[in-house]
Amino acid sequence: MRTTFINTLLELARMDDRVFVITPDLGFSVLEKFREEFPNRFLNVGIAEQNAVGVAAGLAMSGKVVYVYSIIPFVTMRCFEQIRVDVAYMNTNVRLVGVGAGLSYGPQGATHHSLEDIAIMRALPNMTVCCPGDPIEVKEIVTQSLDYEGPMYIRLGKNGEPVIHDEGTTFRIGQAIEVTQGNDAYLISTSNTLELADSWVKRMANQGVSVGLISVPTVKPLDREKIVRILLKGKPVSTLEEHSISGGLGTAVAEVIAESGQAVKFKRFALPDEYCHFVGDQHYLRDKLGLTFESFEQFIETSIDK
Amino acid sequence: MQQTNIKKSIVYMTHYSKSSHVGTSLSIADILYTLYFKVLNVDPFNPECPERDKFILSKGHGSAALYATLAERGFFPKDFLDRYYVNGGLLPGHLDKFAAPGIELSTGSLGHGLSVGVGMSIANGSSGNPGQVYVLLGDGECNEGSVWEAVMLSATLRLSNITAIIDYNRLQGFGETNEVINQENMAARWTAFGWNAFEVNGHDTVELERVFRIKSDRPKVVIAHTVKGKGVSYMENRLEWHYKSPNEEQYKQAIAELDGLL
Repeated sequence: MRTTFINTLLELARMDDRVFVITPDLGFSVLEKFREEFPNRFLNVGIAEQNAVGVAAGLAMSGKVVYVYSIIPFVTMRCFEQIRVDVAYMNTNVRLVGVGAGLSYGPQGATHHSLEDIAIMRALPNMTVCCPGDPIEVKEIVTQSLDYEGPMYIRLGKNGEPVIHDEGTTFRIGQAIEVTQGNDAYLISTSNTLELADSWVKRMANQGVSVGLISVPTVKPLDREKIVRILLKGKPVSTLEEHSISGGLGTAVAEVIAESGQAVKFKRFALPDEYCHFVGDQHYLRDKLGLTFESFEQFIETSIDK
Repeated sequence: MQQTNIKKSIVYMTHYSKSSHVGTSLSIADILYTLYFKVLNVDPFNPECPERDKFILSKGHGSAALYATLAERGFFPKDFLDRYYVNGGLLPGHLDKFAAPGIELSTGSLGHGLSVGVGMSIANGSSGNPGQVYVLLGDGECNEGSVWEAVMLSATLRLSNITAIIDYNRLQGFGETNEVINQENMAARWTAFGWNAFEVNGHDTVELERVFRIKSDRPKVVIAHTVKGKGVSYMENRLEWHYKSPNEEQYKQAIAELDGLL
């Protein structure tokens, strides 16, 4: 996702001189290409995230489209009030770009996990919350971000996520994507769990159970219409995200369900509301924290009509 | 006359709306008058002109002073001032950029304004825009670490089109500024970080104008020695006027003093 992000951004910067990149001293081996090609539109402000966001707001209020790049906790939580006041309240064209969704930085420990970011960014008025699930979603979102009005948060995974969508898949910011059609149940995924969700759905298909897979590249605004259409089918619905069970995609979908008047069986697959004290990589931690095919399989088996 | 009108508007607004922060607003009134009537290149009839000078009131609780100054300068009608801090009003207690023309930035949480000003300064500098950027901070506000992040970056980039102004009235939330967090050597601190520092009497408009016009090859800070509640005898240097609003009798006395009748 990182490579796709920077390559797409380079293309945009070549077309449009409003594109400006700020980093609080992170992005080694990612941002160099941009710095070399556009030295006057690249600024390393030092290890100072609050200032990074304030400076970005000032540049955006002067007509730039500013991408602030860092690891998720530092570009969302360390400077949250600057985001609230200078970016969201001012409704500026600042794009907060965070790498390391969920447990991407697994063995680095809990300071580097990002489990609360969707919840807090979703709470901000004016903020659009984008959580791409594969390189195709990254490319679409970053391309559209150039002329998108208002602030955005773009939550990236790391590098090496596989392409899930067919080449040529397009969507607008705010739209969910039907990846796999299904009749027996639905799984709604956001951000870097798209590959995992895809594998769960395929394994269920091998067992003869048809699960529809929906990818949600934009958690806010949420594609309520598409979710309500699913609810009308009355089948079990589940959500999957590498984020706390509080406040993320699962919560957003639960809000839609609660107000829809439709009763469906529903389960959120997400990370528990606790700091992770296990040590291990992303896949190890997913297993330890319950994001397993077996738990999904159990939900499907106990909730679908046989 | 305009200078006095601004101060009378401040006292009027805080009196009728029973709002706080009259002391801080009077503390900065002479600075705002100097900027808006003698220094800033701004046009009330074209408030969004891209080449304008920009002023950010980072200590957003001094909003009454900025509203009064903008009204006096013609950015919006003076009857807007009747709609400050009241039900159905237009102007909130802390600045909202979208409330009225001429407000460059919403502020109210301390330690934000200088960073945003630095962003504006970089944008102007890199595009040949002649607009200057002025950011007014409180001395207490300089407790915020984010201020010093912006100070370090501006000096590193040698931004020559930004001026910080410190309203150095030596009072903050709980008492004497230098007793809460010692920053007695304010000028030395900014100088050590690479800024050009100037110390002036913050109520002397001639002196203020002179230092604002000094050209600098690096960011410039004007440490304006001020008196909280300046111009109203019973408010001057009194911490409680960070919080209280003048009652009817106090209001009349304040207006008489500002008019030079007492």
